[in-house]
Amino acid sequence: MKREWDFFDRPGNRKALLIIFVASLVFLLVIDFFIHKHPYFGWDGLPTFYAFYGFLGCVLLVVIAKNMRRFIKREEDYYD
Amino acid sequence: MLFLPAVTFVMLAGTPDGTYTLMPFLNSELLVRFDKLSKVFGYVFIIITFIGVIYALHVKGAGELAASFIHAGSALGAVFAGDLLSLFVFWEMLTLSAAFIIWSRRSRRSQGAGFRYLLVHLFGGMCLLAGIIMHVKQAGSLEFGYIGVNGLASYLMLLGVAVNTAIPPLHAWLTDAYPEASVTGTVFLSVFTTKTAVYVLARAFPGADILVIVGAIMTIFPIFYAVLENDLRRVLCYSLINQVGFMVVGVGIGTSLAINGAAAHAFADVLFKSLLLMSVGAVMYRTGTCLATDLGGLYKTMPITMFFCIVGAASISAFPLFSAFCTKSMIMSAAGHEQLTVIWLLLLFASAGVFHHAGIKIPYFTFFAHDSGKRPPEAPPNMLVAMGLAAFLCIFIGVYPQPLYNLLPYPVEYVPYTADHVVSQLLLLFCASLAFATLMITGYYPPEMRSVNLDTDWFYRKAGPAFLRAVGGPVAAANDWLGRLFLDRIPGYLVRFGQNPSAVMKLALETLTLPFRDEESRMRINKEKDALRASYSSYVLKPWFLSHSLLLVALFLAVYLVFYLLYSK
Repeated sequence: MKREWDFFDRPGNRKALLIIFVASLVFLLVIDFFIHKHPYFGWDGLPTFYAFYGFLGCVLLVVIAKNMRRFIKREEDYYD
Repeated sequence: MLFLPAVTFVMLAGTPDGTYTLMPFLNSELLVRFDKLSKVFGYVFIIITFIGVIYALHVKGAGELAASFIHAGSALGAVFAGDLLSLFVFWEMLTLSAAFIIWSRRSRRSQGAGFRYLLVHLFGGMCLLAGIIMHVKQAGSLEFGYIGVNGLASYLMLLGVAVNTAIPPLHAWLTDAYPEASVTGTVFLSVFTTKTAVYVLARAFPGADILVIVGAIMTIFPIFYAVLENDLRRVLCYSLINQVGFMVVGVGIGTSLAINGAAAHAFADVLFKSLLLMSVGAVMYRTGTCLATDLGGLYKTMPITMFFCIVGAASISAFPLFSAFCTKSMIMSAAGHEQLTVIWLLLLFASAGVFHHAGIKIPYFTFFAHDSGKRPPEAPPNMLVAMGLAAFLCIFIGVYPQPLYNLLPYPVEYVPYTADHVVSQLLLLFCASLAFATLMITGYYPPEMRSVNLDTDWFYRKAGPAFLRAVGGPVAAANDWLGRLFLDRIPGYLVRFGQNPSAVMKLALETLTLPFRDEESRMRINKEKDALRASYSSYVLKPWFLSHSLLLVALFLAVYLVFYLLYSK
């Protein structure tokens, strides 16, 4: 029988992908300081603005969504 | 079947811009208009029909496909309509054919969802019609051009279009009905209704400030729902509202860059949204489910579908080299140039949010995450070809946007690939995925859960029926009582009185003095009363047959006629 393709389940591959991800993130953060910006408002040209906004935005998104569940979650057959 | 969209495409490409008279109608003319704005939408509608037909080649039975073709054709008709009457006719055909596509799944849920879809859209259509009639009366012509927000006619038209654009709180039909259609039906549905509405907005209401605000709301609120939703096709429907929100903002800003952005993003969105729906649809076709709780680990046996899904996810998230990077950024840029600080921040937040739920959540929960143990075979070849075509176009637009830019209504000076744009966007997306990973690892991320999340459709699915039950009981009882009073008891008294007034009056007098009589005479009076009632019992209304009511109707008409003859002129 053909062996199953389990590339993403092997710990070694996962670790390599993680390292690539972190390395590129660090690389981007560093070159962000040396790039000529064309900001619309001024403050959006500050280095790492997009990084912080992306991270905090997503955390906020999940925090709000998780708390919304208290109010809007119903059983799966609620409407049936 | 594939021939038809291909021929249409060639014909459209060969038609020079201009407005053509189709035929005279009453004291006006029905017009067909080809210009850059309508052609952009026309092209992408035809392309996606072609791809959608390939995707649906395996479907047996012609019903759903026929409805899909009518749906696509109506959208093309609405986009090329040069007058408001044709626009309205195609608008309603769009609604009807969509309902048939939804019903084609033949499940109990799709049946209900189809009816709700129809009712909501008929309401929208009626608003549009009322607005059109008022507008035509004021403007004196049927021509469909710039209208602008001024006066009741335009409000009504805007309201009608808002229903189809899925502007909140009128959006719930979309997330209610689309995910209940079949695997192939949803792909068709996701394209036409909302984009036609965006086109109408861009044609009739560019630069309307209200659209900037509602558009920004549209981009924000669905992403919270998308994070919680378990049904992955419903997640994509929420992100559809979010993407349409970007276009609505673009139309609302109304500068040439913004309108270009809205049209370009509509073009790109049609491709990547249907690509995502096709890949999730392929998974659903093979496994029978698209619930995040039931999926996971499918990359092992459906690697090609996974690849296409990730292309779609990267496109919707505006990764460099993928389509939205060159289209959505035009709208962002327009908002920046107009110094709309809050709107720009909200759109940026929505961009990160899109990546979060559509870019990561969809592929992650389907193909990775916890292993569901499912080992479905790869998607059928026709589906792979369809997804491949869409994926190719997504990447093509991302890498080489110039052909698309040439199609846009205004000349484009926008350059997407600058160093700071690429790095900023990559940082935004990388840090969004970092946030996702952090929340996943720490276990804070809300777990997938089988559930229904309340949305504004609650008002007509729960509150409405409950209201009817609460109010209906008393109203029905009152109606019953009034009916008996006026149709039975009062006529009864009158009849008895008319037949024998003296006896009735004598009895009434005796009834009034009843408390002062002795036992024996009381019984006598009651007996007489019963006898009188029995002799003219409740047959009062029996002789009223159809002929009588017809006679009455004829009489009323005759009276009207007399009035008309006397008082006209």
